[in-house]
Amino acid sequence: MDSKASTAQQPPAVQLHLSSSPHIRSEQTVSSIMLSVSLALIPALAASVFFFGAKALLLTAVCIVFCLATEWAITKFLLKRENTLADFSALVTGLLLAFNLPPDLPPWMAALGSIFAVGVAKWAFGGLGHNFINPALAGRAFLLASYPAAMTTWGAPRNGTTSGLSTQAISDLSGHVDGITGATPLPVLSSVLDALRNDRLRQEMSFQVLDLQSALPDLFIGRVGGCIGETSALALLLGAVFLWYKRIIGFRLPVIYIGTVFFLSWLFNGSGTLFSTEALIIPVYQVLAGGLMLGALYMATDMVTSPVTTRGRVIFAFGCGILTFLIRKFGGYPEGVSYSILLMNLTVPLIDRYARPKLYGKVKKV
Amino acid sequence: MFGTFSFRGGVHPPHKKSQTASKPIIELAAPAKVIIPLSQHIGAPAKPTVKKGDEVKIGQVLGEAGGFVSAQIHSSVSGKVVNVAPHPHPLGKDVLSVEIENNGNDETVEFEPLESWESASRTDIIKKIAESGIVGKGGATFPSHVKLSPPEDKPIDTLILNGAECEPYLTADHRLMLEKTEGILEGTRIVQQVLGAKSTWIGIEDNKPDAVAAVSEKLSEPRYQGMSVAKLRTKYPQGGEKQLIQAITGREVPSGGLPMHVGCVVHNIGTVYAIWEAITRGIPLYRRVVTVTGPSVGKPANFLVRIGTPIQFILDTCEVDMQTTKKLIMGGPMMGLAQSDPSAPVIKSTSGILAYDKIYPGIRSHACINCGNCVRACPAGLVPSALGKYVDKERYEDAEEWNVLDCIECGSCAFVCPSKINLVHFMKLGKYHVMAARKAASAK
Repeated sequence: MDSKASTAQQPPAVQLHLSSSPHIRSEQTVSSIMLSVSLALIPALAASVFFFGAKALLLTAVCIVFCLATEWAITKFLLKRENTLADFSALVTGLLLAFNLPPDLPPWMAALGSIFAVGVAKWAFGGLGHNFINPALAGRAFLLASYPAAMTTWGAPRNGTTSGLSTQAISDLSGHVDGITGATPLPVLSSVLDALRNDRLRQEMSFQVLDLQSALPDLFIGRVGGCIGETSALALLLGAVFLWYKRIIGFRLPVIYIGTVFFLSWLFNGSGTLFSTEALIIPVYQVLAGGLMLGALYMATDMVTSPVTTRGRVIFAFGCGILTFLIRKFGGYPEGVSYSILLMNLTVPLIDRYARPKLYGKVKKV
Repeated sequence: MFGTFSFRGGVHPPHKKSQTASKPIIELAAPAKVIIPLSQHIGAPAKPTVKKGDEVKIGQVLGEAGGFVSAQIHSSVSGKVVNVAPHPHPLGKDVLSVEIENNGNDETVEFEPLESWESASRTDIIKKIAESGIVGKGGATFPSHVKLSPPEDKPIDTLILNGAECEPYLTADHRLMLEKTEGILEGTRIVQQVLGAKSTWIGIEDNKPDAVAAVSEKLSEPRYQGMSVAKLRTKYPQGGEKQLIQAITGREVPSGGLPMHVGCVVHNIGTVYAIWEAITRGIPLYRRVVTVTGPSVGKPANFLVRIGTPIQFILDTCEVDMQTTKKLIMGGPMMGLAQSDPSAPVIKSTSGILAYDKIYPGIRSHACINCGNCVRACPAGLVPSALGKYVDKERYEDAEEWNVLDCIECGSCAFVCPSKINLVHFMKLGKYHVMAARKAASAK
């Protein structure tokens, strides 16, 4: 606005701030969102420390420290600008990366993964808001490709077994199926189902699909082997309820993701029938085992790397569910959650382009 | 009696109405000098009919409508014209205005009501409304006589009265509904008769149960047959014209179209009250109810203010400390305009004056984190985050393709944005560039 002669002679006593409307804003900020996500992850961390001991806490601390340090160093030395630690996104990445690592991983590997997650997956593309894949999942994929053995070595939880099955069931199985002793729930399921498909083994084994039922309570509370943050469905759900209450995650995306995996696992349960206890045990087991809960509730719902529209999120969730099922059923890896989400992350710009909301008044041009 | 009506999208800002909701409308003393802009409406500015030195009375025409889509301007005080010159205007640019020194006598011209309007012709009523300078008082300032003259091929079956007052802080319409219930409903009858509307709805948000009750009670009288209260869910922007139509009738105004394209006309309740005053008492629009409130206002109030009263005069009356005031807004906090100069006057669309003692939103914003809050909040069905990025990168063709022109600038997107991106600013900028490009293309 051009200044008038009158105001030029006599400058106004007050300086009034001018800006476009709206003049009020909601309380929610990027920092508050990231802090809430971090808080929501605490129950799962606590469960992990309870089941796996202090090493889970140590590894989580290493990831957090290296993620924050990488974030700080990049802004300080490469970009020479004010650091972005206060948005707490590096904290979330550190927590989530740790949640995707086996408790027995050497800490230096976790540190390397953290540097990759924040330095490459996030900052190489411009930092928070510009990364197109979930940094924590990228860090996990990097470590899985680099150190496949260390990334798939599992210990047993306190007072439990790695697979969640009773020691009795394990000794029954180990005579017929290889590698049962140190295996986590998903590979166990896959080996057991393979064995049962073999006529000779099925005759010899006393173990049946129904016996998997005994593992379900441990799968739910998290007393099984697995990554630090993925085992306890209960703790993860607690945090998710908090995030849902705070309106940070919607229920559609996780419900559709988990629902798709459940539905497909039920439809192709391999028992030859859809309506039997066996037919239902397998999908329930699939939902509780592995990283599905963690992935669906906290990784697929990562705002930056999921679609903005509700319709887009539905498509994204279906895609994640289908891919997870396909990888678990036919893939070389027993676990498909992280790759499914990473692959679907790549489709987000495309989904966002086509899954637009319905325009008000989109009848016809007048 | 009816369920609660609502629309898609929207946000829930804090209401902040309690400071003034229970304060009756009081008449604010006229200032020693008023500044009456000759453009207070959408359309052509009025042409001045007075000059420096003229003596004028309340209700005297100062400016003649400059075309069909324009409006008469009247004096709000009696006294002497001391200047006809450009003066700061609340919409930002300086506007040709008539400055009048108030002699304090409040002499009026002879007000001429329209005798027995029920038997008067449609043309006479519309003419009287036009002569009285009535424009939409909700904010858009569209001349009312134009809205009441829809083309023959666009019959109006539904009249909607907007008493939603969904902006936080504002209580002017609320108080008017409580105190001038009859005037509003009589004005509504006049408009109903002019339009020949079959059904008439008075939309009120359910956070004003006393207004809902007052209007409903009055509506039980037999002369108000065909009129009903639509209790609206309290959600911003419930009082947006398109949202109100969607909430009450389920119809959507076509993209680029007007309410009349779906058989609707929407009037603010303050506007029909002004129509009633004009028709039955012959009083032109020279004053209006203004809510003065906000964190740095010592004595918040609902005032009946003469048009042309400088904002500074009102601030002084309400004990606003200008030393601590950082932001001054005309209108509500969601769509109101930040003011740079408190010497700007109250105009026909000034529903409120807000004074803030801190600057909010702050200047800094964060990169978009794709949270999608804006998409879910947008009542127009847009993707504000994408539009913001397109406009920021000067990709105006993309912004046009993503329907930036359908933005109603309600501010819901920016309100919920955790990154505090000034999305409305980008929308306005995008619309400006798209319109400029269209104009340039059609000029070729």
